[in-house]
Amino acid sequence: MVTDPVLLQVAADLFPNGISRYAVGGLLVGLGTVLIYIGTGIPAGASTFLESTLSYVSDQSRFQRYVGSRDWRLVFTAGIVLGGLAFAATFQSGLVTSSLYEPGTTGRLYEVAGVTFWLTDVQPWRLFVGGVLVGIGTRIGKGCTSGHGVCGVGSASKTSLVGVLTFLTVAIGTAQIVAALGVSP
Amino acid sequence: MSDRHPLFKPLVFVGGIVFGFGLGFSHMARPEVVLNFLQFEDLGLPFVMFGAAIVSGIAFALLPRIRDAAPLTGDPYERRLKPFDRNVLVGGAVFGVGWGISGICPGAAYASLGVGNVTILWALGGMFLGAYLQGYWRSRSGTRDTVPAGAD
Repeated sequence: MVTDPVLLQVAADLFPNGISRYAVGGLLVGLGTVLIYIGTGIPAGASTFLESTLSYVSDQSRFQRYVGSRDWRLVFTAGIVLGGLAFAATFQSGLVTSSLYEPGTTGRLYEVAGVTFWLTDVQPWRLFVGGVLVGIGTRIGKGCTSGHGVCGVGSASKTSLVGVLTFLTVAIGTAQIVAALGVSP
Repeated sequence: MSDRHPLFKPLVFVGGIVFGFGLGFSHMARPEVVLNFLQFEDLGLPFVMFGAAIVSGIAFALLPRIRDAAPLTGDPYERRLKPFDRNVLVGGAVFGVGWGISGICPGAAYASLGVGNVTILWALGGMFLGAYLQGYWRSRSGTRDTVPAGAD
């Protein structure tokens, strides 16, 4: 098959890191969701963990509604952290390599006990202010990128499709404005 | 939602590990990569979100045809749809501003801690603060949701 060089150039511009790491990673994220759904019937999302965990320290009615699910949500979140660590200990450390995985050049790498870890260069104030708004928004909007984006879209929920389109559009606008103001990284 | 089977938590744990590994592998645990997408410098992100949604969508569609209920909970395999109201738009917009500023969302933030990104604690602290402020306000205002938000 002859590949069109113009097409290749466009792909290189739009996908400087290729698409395989994104596609494979996405399939694994979906697989994690499916494993839990097969066994429990629960379409698990990540953001309710915030409220369910707050029920340990606050007796506000809003949080107490999640007392019943806070144990397994804690386990789910611990799994996500450990999954990230497993990735760091294998692909990020170069212990395992694959043509499907493109390492990337963002942030800074550092090493602890033979494991290559990674640190963001994005400024703490951006993470904090963004985090507060994410915390408020995901709770008002009934879901986040996993609850709406993966489980909701996966179950063809119109509510979730609208939710995803809303936060995607607003996030693109916001990031463009922040970049235009010269904030980097 | 109490534990109904000794394998309930172990399965959720394994599912979380695969989920987190996928977020690491796809570089969604790196805020820079998300911000690069939002600035149209690397359009890889939709492959993650929609790749995951397609995989879960197949399971959500098939399982109810295969069995009636999940083995570990006895819960029926059903679509738990969230009702649409103005909050989906308002919350989505607030979430979008936060995501656009930080490049971070809840699941990816937990995974980010796992890949060694301790700076992400700023974002996690912010998320808990935001969720607390929202919950405090919601509890005070007395407007109870009619449907408990399932599993977002």
